[in-house]
Amino acid sequence: MQDEFIQLENIDKKFSGVHALKRVSLRMKPGEIRCLAGENGSGKSTLIKVLSGVYKPESGMIRINNNAYERITPIESMGEGVQIIYQDFSLFPNLTVAENIAMNSLCENKRKFYSKREARKIASAALDKIGIDLPLDAITEELSVADRQLIAIARAMVNDAKLIVMDEATTALTQNEVDKLFSIILDLKSKGIATLFVSHKLREVLEISEKITILRNGAMVSEGNTKDYDEALITNHMTGRDISKTRFVPFVQKEHTPPALELSGLGNGKDFRNISFSLNPGDIVGITGLLGCGRNELMESLFGLRPYSTGKVILSGREVKIDNIQRAMENRIGLVPEDRLTEGLFLDQPIKDNIIVGILDKIKGAFGLLNDAEGRRIVDRQISDMKVVTPDTSNPVSSLSGGNQQRVVLGKWLATDVRILMLNGPTVGVDIGSKEEIHKKLKELASRGLAVLMISDDLPELIQNTSRVILMHKGEITCEFNCSESDENDIIAMMKELR
Amino acid sequence: MKNLIKRQEFYILLVIIVLAVIIGMNNTAFFSLRNIFSLGKSTVVMGIFAMGTLMVLLSGGIDVSMTAVAAFSMYLTCKWMVEYGYNGPVIAGFVIAMGIGGVLGLVNGLLVSLFDFPTMIVSLGTSYAFAGFIYTFVSTRIVNVLPSNMTNFSRSEILVTAIGGGQKVGLTVAFLIMLAVMLITFAILRFTMLGRSIYAIGGSQSSAERAGINVKKVKLFIYPFVGVTAGLAGIIHSAFMRNSNPFDLIGTELNVIAAAVLGGANVGGGKGTVIGTFLGVVLMTLVNNSLIFLGIPSYWQRMTTGCIILLATGIPALARRRSAAKLTS
Repeated sequence: MQDEFIQLENIDKKFSGVHALKRVSLRMKPGEIRCLAGENGSGKSTLIKVLSGVYKPESGMIRINNNAYERITPIESMGEGVQIIYQDFSLFPNLTVAENIAMNSLCENKRKFYSKREARKIASAALDKIGIDLPLDAITEELSVADRQLIAIARAMVNDAKLIVMDEATTALTQNEVDKLFSIILDLKSKGIATLFVSHKLREVLEISEKITILRNGAMVSEGNTKDYDEALITNHMTGRDISKTRFVPFVQKEHTPPALELSGLGNGKDFRNISFSLNPGDIVGITGLLGCGRNELMESLFGLRPYSTGKVILSGREVKIDNIQRAMENRIGLVPEDRLTEGLFLDQPIKDNIIVGILDKIKGAFGLLNDAEGRRIVDRQISDMKVVTPDTSNPVSSLSGGNQQRVVLGKWLATDVRILMLNGPTVGVDIGSKEEIHKKLKELASRGLAVLMISDDLPELIQNTSRVILMHKGEITCEFNCSESDENDIIAMMKELR
Repeated sequence: MKNLIKRQEFYILLVIIVLAVIIGMNNTAFFSLRNIFSLGKSTVVMGIFAMGTLMVLLSGGIDVSMTAVAAFSMYLTCKWMVEYGYNGPVIAGFVIAMGIGGVLGLVNGLLVSLFDFPTMIVSLGTSYAFAGFIYTFVSTRIVNVLPSNMTNFSRSEILVTAIGGGQKVGLTVAFLIMLAVMLITFAILRFTMLGRSIYAIGGSQSSAERAGINVKKVKLFIYPFVGVTAGLAGIIHSAFMRNSNPFDLIGTELNVIAAAVLGGANVGGGKGTVIGTFLGVVLMTLVNNSLIFLGIPSYWQRMTTGCIILLATGIPALARRRSAAKLTS
């Protein structure tokens, strides 16, 4: 009891009838690395906001450094050494590294005057604490995401942080950068600074944290030493059900059906070359590889965004030259882009318009006017088919959760009657429950004869949902893994070898 | 050097020099002291306006009401001076005009900070309201005779130099006022937390709130500051004109904003400098007043102004994008 630094006891919080937190408790010791896991909407962020003083709990007790609070203000929380690093880092893109690190403390100390020297002093002291070197006068927006995260961590150090809460800290980082972040966190631990990870990326959680707390529907469902957990168990707790660990088996087509997509020696002279593989109707094939391996460019090429210069594309036995998007769509190829928010959806537009945007030609009636009834029929079918949860399809897509948005993108392509669907990171930023739904949907589509090409970094996702995984490296196909015979560790081993 | 070519100030200075050389080669009168001093005088009103505009732009807002505020303050002040026969030191008139401007600016500030209304809409609305108020409740008639101290002020010059033939030229003292306003703006922006907060808010308002910056309070400084500078610019304008016309200045707000943008101020907020804005003002003045030296008809000047804005803001944007692309690849 006495050596615990943070104690949240029986925290209860309601939002206009929704019971967001049900008597949740969380305790942390100095230097402890803990993970707070849970699906979207499980109450993770609400709990963090109670700790940081943004929300006032209805009941419960907050005890930090043995000071008891019924409700804590943001200033008190910071004063006790709790520092939150938000997913967006809350930085000023236009200011220098030094200013970003020093700004909070200068504001807190109610400084009237600003001195560049003082800001630089504060900043370099903070950077020293985490043993990192960053150019103090660089403009923040010109730095990489990883560097910006380091700025946010350094800023937390300025105020003598005792606990750093990282909200989805690793989402935008590459593996190398994640490793570097973890070594910094271990270093902080040796200085007695605790870290609370808020995450739904399970593999990383297991790698770094000592303790884990799992929330589901606002209640704590499990807590303990991370080493006693594995991915399946955590998932089980998070979702309340078993996520299948089965492998995908392609749906066998009638004999002599030509492949839906066949590539032969495809290359664009720059990003990828000599790409040959075939994809049957009813099959799901995965492509993975490190950043810059050419997989995204290949996919864009097949969608007509980035012309290829050598090789052939054969669709159902017929050679086709795909040199623009219209040609790709005529041949019923669909693409769900990686960044669905900016590339795949019109966020401010109604859900229904997003679904029919790809088939306006088909629902054109007399005089080229849109046939409203037909459009509505298609929208209703896709909404119920994809299980999009919304009270009204006239609401903007931005009103939906990540998982539901992804279903709208899928629905949009399915409305166009695609034969080949390419997906880039189909479940990035989607919680586990929706992820499962999307995978199920893709398999169901494959059973109806759709050919699916899935690009992903999420190796377990590929292993479980595709029949084989193609590994690309430096623009070429290095090898293929048959998913019924391999697991993600084989792929990781191969990737390490390549690196 | 690498940093230099990324900076807007560098390009704008380059354009100014090139333009000056071209004009000077065609007409040597351009480089005469008389013309240079006259150009200096022409930058004063826009230069003062531009400092307020710079601050608003830095915070991520836009204020199109400053010319209406200026017209309001100068007209009311002049009307008062004439009606009460005031002919004391001009400073009193300046202070009154700045005070009126400050109050009007506060109206903008309150609407923007308390209700969080979009700044463009607020200032568009208030600019109509302010101008309309004057025309409806005060007068629309030009005040033709200003107190003699005002006209004396407009005649006071520094650096008076003989240029031969018994003639003398000098630079208006109002130029010093503009320099003072620029210096104050520079000091606020560079050396105070208030100034850094303005940059911070322009960079990311939500981050600023999380950092503990009192965003509302900062905005309650910015808009009255714009009002005060507008009042000052207005009263100097009427001293120069030797009259006070309530229809003056209104409609020139876009020139001022264009000058600030030319000087590197980002319409999205967070970027811009006093030096850059001053250079922007100089370039705008140069184009407006000196293209005539090249024999370019006045209708062409607008087009030239437009092209210069596109070029001077477009080239650095391209240069930045290039360097950003290099960074990511």
